[in-house]
Amino acid sequence: MRCLKCRADACIEIRRHNAAYCEAHFVRFFLDQVERAIREERMFDRDEPVLVAVSGGKDSLALWDALLDLGYRATGLYIGLGIAGYSAPSQEKTERFAKERGAPLIVVDLADEYGLGMDEVARRTLRAPCSACGLSKRYVFNRVAREHGFRVVATGHNLDDEAATLFGNVLRWQTGYLARQAPVLPESEDGLVKKVKPLYRLAERETAAYAVLRGIDYIVDECPNAQGAKSLLYKEALNRLEEASPGTKQSFLFGFLDRGRPIFEAARERVAFRQCVRCGQPTTTEVCAFCRLRDEVQQRPPRRGRGRRAGRRAVAPTSAAASAE
Amino acid sequence: MENAFVTITGELWWAGDGRVPKVILRYPKYQEIEVAGRRRVADLLRELNLVPEAYLVIRDQRLLTRDAVVEEGDVVEVRPVISGG
Repeated sequence: MRCLKCRADACIEIRRHNAAYCEAHFVRFFLDQVERAIREERMFDRDEPVLVAVSGGKDSLALWDALLDLGYRATGLYIGLGIAGYSAPSQEKTERFAKERGAPLIVVDLADEYGLGMDEVARRTLRAPCSACGLSKRYVFNRVAREHGFRVVATGHNLDDEAATLFGNVLRWQTGYLARQAPVLPESEDGLVKKVKPLYRLAERETAAYAVLRGIDYIVDECPNAQGAKSLLYKEALNRLEEASPGTKQSFLFGFLDRGRPIFEAARERVAFRQCVRCGQPTTTEVCAFCRLRDEVQQRPPRRGRGRRAGRRAVAPTSAAASAE
Repeated sequence: MENAFVTITGELWWAGDGRVPKVILRYPKYQEIEVAGRRRVADLLRELNLVPEAYLVIRDQRLLTRDAVVEEGDVVEVRPVISGG
């Protein structure tokens, strides 16, 4: 297979574009797609500070790398989630990347700062780990961005992530979520910072390929809490469709953004935000969901038969909190 | 000639002096599969029942396209690219 641009040996095929690229031209393609997303969706300007949410995985590190390469002022934000055996190596890879690239990095440890590691949540509540994790990350993204003066938070959500989320929301006709799914969620007067997804034009396989070609040492292992997650099932189903009909994921997502979302957006019920009486962050209820989660964890004793292993590990100096010091 | 070992975890395995190339799958469960000789990446993934869209195939730190041929003696990594949660 030959590179579309220079006819050298290709390293990757992009079937939905009916194209293949050599290493150099694939990296160029990747950066062009990121730049196009930022420009067309008016995500942020070249001189505007951007807070990049980084997990140590391929997508967020690839995003951070691409933004730095393109000359954007990208600061990393790593959140230590307190997941035994996973958070510590993730943080190590993130910190090593930041050091090698000379890029600024903010580290927030959930357990240290909020008493809310995800293993602890699993031991003390009935919540699905991914639900509590997502809630906590969204809260910290917004809070840290505001505290440090960032008006934009960028996340590494890729085309597969977005298509899988859309698939799940359509299966259940979650019209509220469908109205809000977009590559850009604008800043609100209520205190929500702008959220952007510069990788939404790029497939998951392409972000992994970019990370490999750029020599990014990312954590390959899946989060232990994600095993059995519905999103993985949706991605598998979509990839089987993509295999049979290249371009399916892109046309599903882009068609929705172009022709479907506006309908849900127009029909959306507007909700009023106010400040959480505890922490002051924007919320639709008196006490925000994050503060309620903290209450839940602090008030309930550890549940038997779940997360015992994690509980034992939490006392040993192997958590993300310990390695941050 | 050393035989190819293929892993799905990012680790590289060598076959020592075995005569038949092997594929080691560790996800979703550990298993070893013997493959007989050279074949295209697309055929290798099909035999393993893996969807190409969900994996990178890497040899000597270089990415392989579907039409690339894996020879006996190659060390090939099949790396999953899908993450969830």
